[in-house]
Amino acid sequence: MSAGFAFVPWNEGLVKPHLFVLLTFNPRIMAHTSTLYHPSISPPVDQIGVEERCARFQTRSIKNETKTEMLKLALSMIDLTTLEGKDSEGKVKQLCYKAMHPHDILPGIPQVAAVCVYPTLVRTARKALKGSNVKVAAVATAFPSGLAPLKVKLDDTRFAVEEGADEIDMVISRGKFLQGEYNFVFDEIAAVKEACGKAHLKVILETGELSTLDNVRRASDLAIYAGADFIKTSTGKIQPAATMPVTLVMLQAIRDYYYETGIMIGMKPAGGIANSKLALHYLVMVKETLGAEWLNPDWFRFGASKLANDILMQLVKQQTGVYQSLNYFSND
Amino acid sequence: MSKKHSKEQKAEPTLDFNSKLKYAAAPESASIANIKKQYDLYINGAWVKPAKGQYFETHSPANEQLLSKVAMAGAEDVDKAVKAARTAYEKVWSKMPAKERAKYIFRIARIIQERARELAVVESLDGGKPIRESRDIDIPLAANHFFYYAGWADKLEYAFPGRKPEPLGVAGQIIPWNFPLLMAAWKIAPALATGNTVVLKPAETTPLTALKLAEIIHDAGLPPGVVNIVTGAGATGAALVNHPDIDKVAFTGSTEVGKIIQKALAGTGKKLTLELGGKAANIIFEDAAIDQAVEGVVNGIFFNQGHVCCAGSRLFVQESVANKVIRKLKDRMESLVVGDPLDKNTDVGAINSAEQLKKIQEYLKIGVNEGAEMFQPSCSIPSKGYFCKPTLFLHTSQSHRIVQEEIFGPVLAIQTFRTVEEVIEKANNTPFGLSAGVWTDKGSRIFTLTTQMKAGVVWANTYNKFDPVSPFGGYKESGFGREGGLHGLLPYLKLA
Repeated sequence: MSAGFAFVPWNEGLVKPHLFVLLTFNPRIMAHTSTLYHPSISPPVDQIGVEERCARFQTRSIKNETKTEMLKLALSMIDLTTLEGKDSEGKVKQLCYKAMHPHDILPGIPQVAAVCVYPTLVRTARKALKGSNVKVAAVATAFPSGLAPLKVKLDDTRFAVEEGADEIDMVISRGKFLQGEYNFVFDEIAAVKEACGKAHLKVILETGELSTLDNVRRASDLAIYAGADFIKTSTGKIQPAATMPVTLVMLQAIRDYYYETGIMIGMKPAGGIANSKLALHYLVMVKETLGAEWLNPDWFRFGASKLANDILMQLVKQQTGVYQSLNYFSND
Repeated sequence: MSKKHSKEQKAEPTLDFNSKLKYAAAPESASIANIKKQYDLYINGAWVKPAKGQYFETHSPANEQLLSKVAMAGAEDVDKAVKAARTAYEKVWSKMPAKERAKYIFRIARIIQERARELAVVESLDGGKPIRESRDIDIPLAANHFFYYAGWADKLEYAFPGRKPEPLGVAGQIIPWNFPLLMAAWKIAPALATGNTVVLKPAETTPLTALKLAEIIHDAGLPPGVVNIVTGAGATGAALVNHPDIDKVAFTGSTEVGKIIQKALAGTGKKLTLELGGKAANIIFEDAAIDQAVEGVVNGIFFNQGHVCCAGSRLFVQESVANKVIRKLKDRMESLVVGDPLDKNTDVGAINSAEQLKKIQEYLKIGVNEGAEMFQPSCSIPSKGYFCKPTLFLHTSQSHRIVQEEIFGPVLAIQTFRTVEEVIEKANNTPFGLSAGVWTDKGSRIFTLTTQMKAGVVWANTYNKFDPVSPFGGYKESGFGREGGLHGLLPYLKLA
């Protein structure tokens, strides 16, 4: 099987779903147990075309009730994140409270989607979020560099899951990817996916280190075929972090996989999305690329911490007509 | 996460672009348009009433409301305009140092920029094109054409080394309704830069921005008679073309009218450029960046409701990727917003006139009768005004009329191909030859295609890109002569 399809041009599709259904009922399990990724399945990406499309999303004018609806949706998609060496239990507890009560003065404000922390703080977050629908996400696999042996990465993952993480945000081995060691990266993702058990796996591509949109597309396909539930742009530790062109290429990879298999994959741009206007343009991009089903915290997330207060500020403005200063919004 | 994350497979995965987050109305304010109730003719630096006192109405195609009444120029008025242009040419414009000419052209460019918002709104009101396009494309490009040719005015000797470039005299120019201000700029800017004077006739359905341009030219202080604007219909155009004291005719419009003009000018010694119809091939190879190619196809045919002479109205897709491309194209069309041209979110605006809408609808019927499979997205269109959904025809063939004839609307005819030779033959198998598009990741293939396509412009991995620096014009029944760039100077010069 694997010998055969290295020669199949990408446009024929890696997976012929009807064949796999006969064998296993699940093309993805098939994909990461029997066969690895080959870059020929990934279509080329034209950078100028992608940038033009993104510029076009940004000409959309979001007004009135649509603006309010989109702001609330964006807030509900945020993974409130703290990933610093000096993170404390106190800080995580504060963040968790903010996640559940973003701005109680304003009625009808949704909770955020998740709180994202290092594995050792998962237990604290789990406890603080008890009784809410806010998920606990943990970065694992030697985040942010990923430069550790597989065993360490798997232990890191298992530890986070045992501590109560609902979601694991792993990093890929960018060095191996850039060396063309796709099978190594593929195996690693598949192994981490297995270690996740019931927890959902977000695969961070760290697009700021991949240098071309062609590489972003390849890494996206590789991660998806290896078992990612979500693909995510960045750790937030490398510049540039999420950009609209990178996110669009990843959404297109998700769409192609969906066309091919009917399976939905989630998307999480992370880092660099600090204001509401930009967040709304991301949502326009999701709406016009993947449609209504992805406009939902189950399928789209923002990895951001500063974004929440900017959205709250806009929501207050929508309701009262005036902007309040940042002093009126809790800074956790 | 929700139960939806289960890995069950759907029978036929479809995407839903309509059920969530419909964009609220975001209209640009029409009040800044500042349209007068009535416009006269701009002749010899003044607003002049038409000799016969006749006026015609111009309406907004989006809601059929009256916008203004515009003078109908007769043969007497055209004669007056040509005389004014001749006098201005002989006494002022041809004698003025070129660098002084350039200053006036720069001034026009700058006033266009200053009044860009107003011009964009008027263009969308009068012509029906989305405000996004008039704001981001038509108006800035029009200003750029004036800037660009202003730069050439005093450098003509360098454009044609060893030759002595001289102006022709009076240019009669007739422009179409699809890019009213932009076409006026394409015509007027090179004519002025080369030292000619101008009588310009805008299209009957879209005279308003040309009249605004007359105001701008007036404000720029151009000497009287250098630019004259005469409004009217076909008869006015005929009077201009047939006027004995015109040295040059530049026409952009239908192939049918272009042929009439060419016949009329035969033997007169008047110089002629024609920019006529097109039926461009947009070709997608299997190795192309498919998502970007699909976007390019959408821009190629649905830009300005397909009222574009270089629209990519024939799509050729390599058979191995045809299903994928068509599926993506259909999904992309679902996310197009069709409606009020003044809404900032509108992608496809109103068809320019009732007459044009009728013609397009005829072609839709013809396509169905010819056995092609029609697809239109599920969007609704306004009940008032002239609107047409973006449309695909699948399973078409070279002998179909919808493949051979220019529809000038948002209608794309799709065919598949197997080999490079086959697609080159099919793409060139048309009486037109204005433009073409090639989508491939392979550089060498781009060069093979561009050298073999009989088209004036071949875009590679993009479409409908315009720049004042780049010449534009056709082969075969798409016309002759070039506009834009250094080449665009030539039709207005004799080289001694």
